[in-house]
Amino acid sequence: MAMTVHLAFLGFVFAMASSAAASDVGGGRAAAENCVVNFFEWFGNLAVFFGRTLRAAISPPYEVREFVRQFDELGSKSLFLVALAGSATGVVITLSTRDSLIRFGAKSFLPAVVVFSILKESGPIITALVVSGRAAAGVGAELGAMRVTEQIDAMEASAVNPYRFLVATRVLACMVMLPLLTLVTDFFGILMGWVANTAAEPISLRLFIHDGFKNVMFSDFFPPTLKTIVFGMLIGVIACFQGMRASGGTEGVERAATTSVVLASLFIIVTDVLLVRLILVFFP
Amino acid sequence: MLADRSKKNGETQAPPVRVSSLSKSFGRQAVLKGINIEVGQGETLTILGRSGTGKSVLLKLMIGLAKPDSGSICVFGEEVTKMLPKRLDEVRKKIGFLFQQAALYDSLTVEENVAFPLRRHAKMADEQRQSRVRELLSSVGMYGDARKLPAEISGGMQKRVGLARALALDPDILFLDEPTAGLDPITAAEIDDLILRLHKERHMACVVVTHDIHAARAVSDRLALMRDGEILIEGTFEDLKKSSDPFVAQFLDGS
Repeated sequence: MAMTVHLAFLGFVFAMASSAAASDVGGGRAAAENCVVNFFEWFGNLAVFFGRTLRAAISPPYEVREFVRQFDELGSKSLFLVALAGSATGVVITLSTRDSLIRFGAKSFLPAVVVFSILKESGPIITALVVSGRAAAGVGAELGAMRVTEQIDAMEASAVNPYRFLVATRVLACMVMLPLLTLVTDFFGILMGWVANTAAEPISLRLFIHDGFKNVMFSDFFPPTLKTIVFGMLIGVIACFQGMRASGGTEGVERAATTSVVLASLFIIVTDVLLVRLILVFFP
Repeated sequence: MLADRSKKNGETQAPPVRVSSLSKSFGRQAVLKGINIEVGQGETLTILGRSGTGKSVLLKLMIGLAKPDSGSICVFGEEVTKMLPKRLDEVRKKIGFLFQQAALYDSLTVEENVAFPLRRHAKMADEQRQSRVRELLSSVGMYGDARKLPAEISGGMQKRVGLARALALDPDILFLDEPTAGLDPITAAEIDDLILRLHKERHMACVVVTHDIHAARAVSDRLALMRDGEILIEGTFEDLKKSSDPFVAQFLDGS
């Protein structure tokens, strides 16, 4: 677990350093100092951005129409992807664990292994990473394009708060949609896990479900599914943040889209470690 | 509506726009150095200058899209630079802004773009709003393209739609950032005529930023020429013509 944290952190630092290096090609100590300053400045700006978004989200008027539009957009464009990713995960888990379980004489545990691993970890994290790839890139590029073509300035000039209209609606849509998409991933993962198992050795779906869910408790399903609300918030906030601060024309838009995906994915992985630990504390 | 405006203006003593000692830097580069300008009710002031002299920055400062380093910007006597966001939004509702590249929302159709400020700020029924959008689009000659997306219309048409959107809330002040930049001479002349006609009909205070001397001459009551972040000379076109400054002469003659 510690290794994962370190790798994710190093990856994040590398991503930050790369973006800093784009603007500062001078080598040596000055570049390193600049990188560290950029690193902390980025976090500071992110915190301010989050505060503004929170304030815009909780204070009226509420942009219900735009929220519904974003919710629909995110759901309709991610549904097929998470269903496919969930199916592939179910098949892979079944195929990779089946042989090992047979070797240890524990073949009857296969349904439980598939159900537990999908419900507790694979489903939420796969959903978050797929949506991060799909939505973070889309939101980062969309807001980035709006920023460099002065559409966001035009919105402010029209006395419309872009944090309320553009950012809060997208962040909330991600937060509400992620748990629902996780249910879709879970469903297809378990279903295709059964299909893959049946292809090797026929078993009825009813028996598979019964064996799989026999020992599942509230804490095995609910907290891991709800933790995706945090993943949704990370995806929405990071993508909107990167998009809103885009500059430099087409290249800036491309950079906003790419860094949105990279940073959102890294933050999801690091935060997952903390959330898993937290869930174990509250639901031992 | 014009009668309402006259009444409203009758009550207002302060000039629509007054900028005093305004300075703005980006890093070490001083873009504006102690700018002073004033625009009266129903007057059109054109700010001229070479590209990159801070004209657009000045407009953005005047509507509160950026913060100045020092100086004061008053809109109808209210200090914009120290305003709270809510009050600033109220002031912005009195100002129409046409951006250099029109800045139309590319996911919305032409009519949705014009309806956007109305939907947000004007309490009116759907039919009333549609009728207002039709009226605005007709006034800029774009009614036939109401259902098109910004990407499906030309640059000149986008400017017209941008102008219609800027006029949607019936503003008291209009800021126009390079209204004819990048347009062919015929379309540019059409836009100039449109600005003149709308200005005559609505009697707004107007600040136009441009480096197009023909457009400036066509639409302005007064001109201010900027050089190196400062107002070099201010007055009517004839006043500028009389100047002995070689830069002014070169700028007006275009050679």
